[in-house]
Formats: sequence, structure tokens, C-alpha cells
Amino acid sequence: MADEKQQRVQTAANPGVDRREFFLRLGLGSMGIAAAGTAVFAYQFLSPNVLYEPSPVVNMGKPESYQLDSVTLDVDARIFVVHNNEGFFALSAVCTHLGCLTAWKPDLGIIACPCHGSKFAMFQPPGKKPGEKFDGPAPKPLPWLKMWLSDEGELIVDRSEEIRPEQFVRV
Amino acid sequence: MSTTFNRYFGELRKTRIWRSVFRGGTGQSTLRNSMAIQQNVFLHLLPTKVRTRMIDFNATWYLGTLTLGTFGILVITGILLMLYYHPSAPQAYADTKDLQFVVSSGQFLRNLHRWSAHAMVFLVFAHMFRVFYRGAYRPPREFNWVIGVILLLVTLLLSYTGYLLPWDQLAFWAITVGSNIASAVPIMGDKVRFLMLGGHFVNANALLRFYVLHCMILPLAALFFIAIHFWRIRKDGGLYTRHSEPDAVMTTAPAERPL
Repeated sequence: MADEKQQRVQTAANPGVDRREFFLRLGLGSMGIAAAGTAVFAYQFLSPNVLYEPSPVVNMGKPESYQLDSVTLDVDARIFVVHNNEGFFALSAVCTHLGCLTAWKPDLGIIACPCHGSKFAMFQPPGKKPGEKFDGPAPKPLPWLKMWLSDEGELIVDRSEEIRPEQFVRV
Repeated sequence: MSTTFNRYFGELRKTRIWRSVFRGGTGQSTLRNSMAIQQNVFLHLLPTKVRTRMIDFNATWYLGTLTLGTFGILVITGILLMLYYHPSAPQAYADTKDLQFVVSSGQFLRNLHRWSAHAMVFLVFAHMFRVFYRGAYRPPREFNWVIGVILLLVTLLLSYTGYLLPWDQLAFWAITVGSNIASAVPIMGDKVRFLMLGGHFVNANALLRFYVLHCMILPLAALFFIAIHFWRIRKDGGLYTRHSEPDAVMTTAPAERPL
């Protein structure tokens, strides 16, 4: 007991930190660093570095296959290809609310989401740009996607690149 | 017949093997009875001594025990379903159909798993309502209420992860919507969704992650917290009955007392 007391006497050089306290802090500190490192490794491990997901760039075929004033849904690519008087454009078909696949309603001239009832403009209602939301919970309009004509004369859409609305591909 | 049984059971309890497993020993004294509870790893979670009125149906409607019962059914049927189910994108849906139409008793096991899952969610809520309206969450039982809330979350997550496994249209769109809800978390929402799905879409990675969560991580978490939940009942003074009410409640007319 007497020895222990003597050992724990604080010296003037390092007040408040005796040897036992120093090693305790050293141990806790290194365990803290190890825990932080483990958290980083765990995060990195859980984030896949390679994804076998489809390319965002899709080939939508010849422009001639899309009739004037037509809206064509590609279920796999999850986009609408629209051909109107101004030209061609591509619209994401993924609802901006919670990611459901929207549907083209030819009799109403609008795009509607089956999950929670969001409605987006196409040819109707008047005064709304295509993709603009006019009803339901969706927070944003359906984004316009970058579209161009390949050297082979086919419509290519980059689904990862959103563009300002009302930019058309004229063929 | 019961005397015959008791005689053979009595002989069995005297054997060396039995005595090596159950140290309590023979006899019917209170000490022996309490030792039988205390010295068993499963039973020692429970109170050593319980008043008859506490295990009366009116005390709890048995909602917590019934929840544990559905959990037990889910573990057993779930393990059996795992024997025929491959958590891979090309096979998952076909395996689900095989379980329904090809595997002997497969449809029975799958339906039992499904209905028990629904029943478990219902029973968890019923149990919580019962506890809440009885005021059984009050001190000293407040920590056990917190454990109960964690168990509610684990139950809902088990339900949600199991939803994807049939790998049909309903599963796909339900998880698409659900994971998009997760991405509404401020700042790191998209990251949370990415880690949850193991990608940007509900695909093979998401199926495997949900499978591991559903069959391994979440059931283990549930068992861990269930053990604490039961042990806390003992530590917090047993089940909450009419007789555990504060004096103020007990002095009101019997008709106005909660059941």
C-alpha cells in the first residue's frame, strides 16, 4: 500500500498525470484510434468498388421508328422517348417522389405514377412544359436527359446526365 | 399412469448423468424449486418466483409470450425455407415458386412463415398498446420499454427485409420505394441508400444484403434484445399487474381500476 501511494505521487513536472494515468490514456487512445479505423474499414467494405450495373448510356434506335407526337416508354431503360413538332427528347420515367416507374396515359396526354398519384405534364395540361409536375407528392419535375445522334444515325441517351428542359434533337 | 411416470422420472433424476446436467437435485422444497430455475441458463432469465395472478390471462393477455411464440415459428420455418431458397437474382423467384408448387409442404411452410410474420407485427403492436395504456412503461420499467422499442424496430426491419426475398414485382417496387424513403435522410441519405442496396438500384447486391440481414444479422439482434427484455422483467420486479399499480390507483373504486 505504502509503495503504491508513493508511486502515485504526482511530480511537479507533469501535474495530474502519473504513470498509471499516462498508460491508461495511452491504452484508451490507441483503442479509440483502432475503433475509428475499424469504422472506416467497415464503411469501405460495405461500399462496393465495382458495380455490375447497366451503363447509363443507352441506344434507343433509329429516329424513324418514333412517330410524330408519340411518347414511347422503354421499361428496361426507364425513359420516355418523345417525338413532337420541335424534335426528339428523352425524359426520365422514374418518379421523383419514391422511384416508381411512371406510365404514359395517351387518352389524357399526361404521365402518371401508379404508386402515389403524381402527375406530370406531356401534351396536357396547356402551359406546362413536358415533365413538369402538376399534381401529387412528387417534389421535382421529371428530368430531361441528354440525347444525341450517333454516327450511325441512332438516338443515344445518357441517363446520368440531366439537361435544361426544352432542348430537342432535330433530325 | 402418473405414478408410473413419476417413479421413472424420479429414478431418472437420480442418475449421474441427469445430476451432471441439472445440479438442483431431487426433492420438492422451495430451495430445490428455486435452484431449478436459477441454475438453468434459459430459465434464469425469468423470475424465480411468480405469483399466480401475474400469469393470469387478464394480467397481460399473454401478448408478449405470443409474440415470442410467433418468433419461434418464424425461426423454425425460416430455417427450413432457407434449404430451398437461393438468394440470387436468377433463382430467387423460381425458388419461391418451387416452394409453393414443387416442394412437399413448401407452400404450408411458406404460408406459415408469412402469416406468422404478419401476426408477429400485429402482436408487437398489441403488446405495446397494452403496456402503454396500462402504464407499465413507468419506472422502474422504463428501460425495458426502450428495449421494447428497439425490438419493435428489429421486427419491422425483419418484415421489410423479408419483403424483398420473393423477388417479384411487389417486392421490387416495395423496396425501391422503401430505399428511396431512406434516401430522404438529411445529408447522407443517398449514401445510406447506396450502402443498404449495395448499389444504385435494387439488384443482385440488394437481394443478397437483404437476405443476410433477414436470416442472420436481424434475428441475432432480436435474440440478443429478447434475452435482455425477459431478464429485465425479473430485474424490474416481475410482470406488471393490477397489483403493481401505485396506491393512488388502488384506492379508487374497483370498477374504475384498469384490468
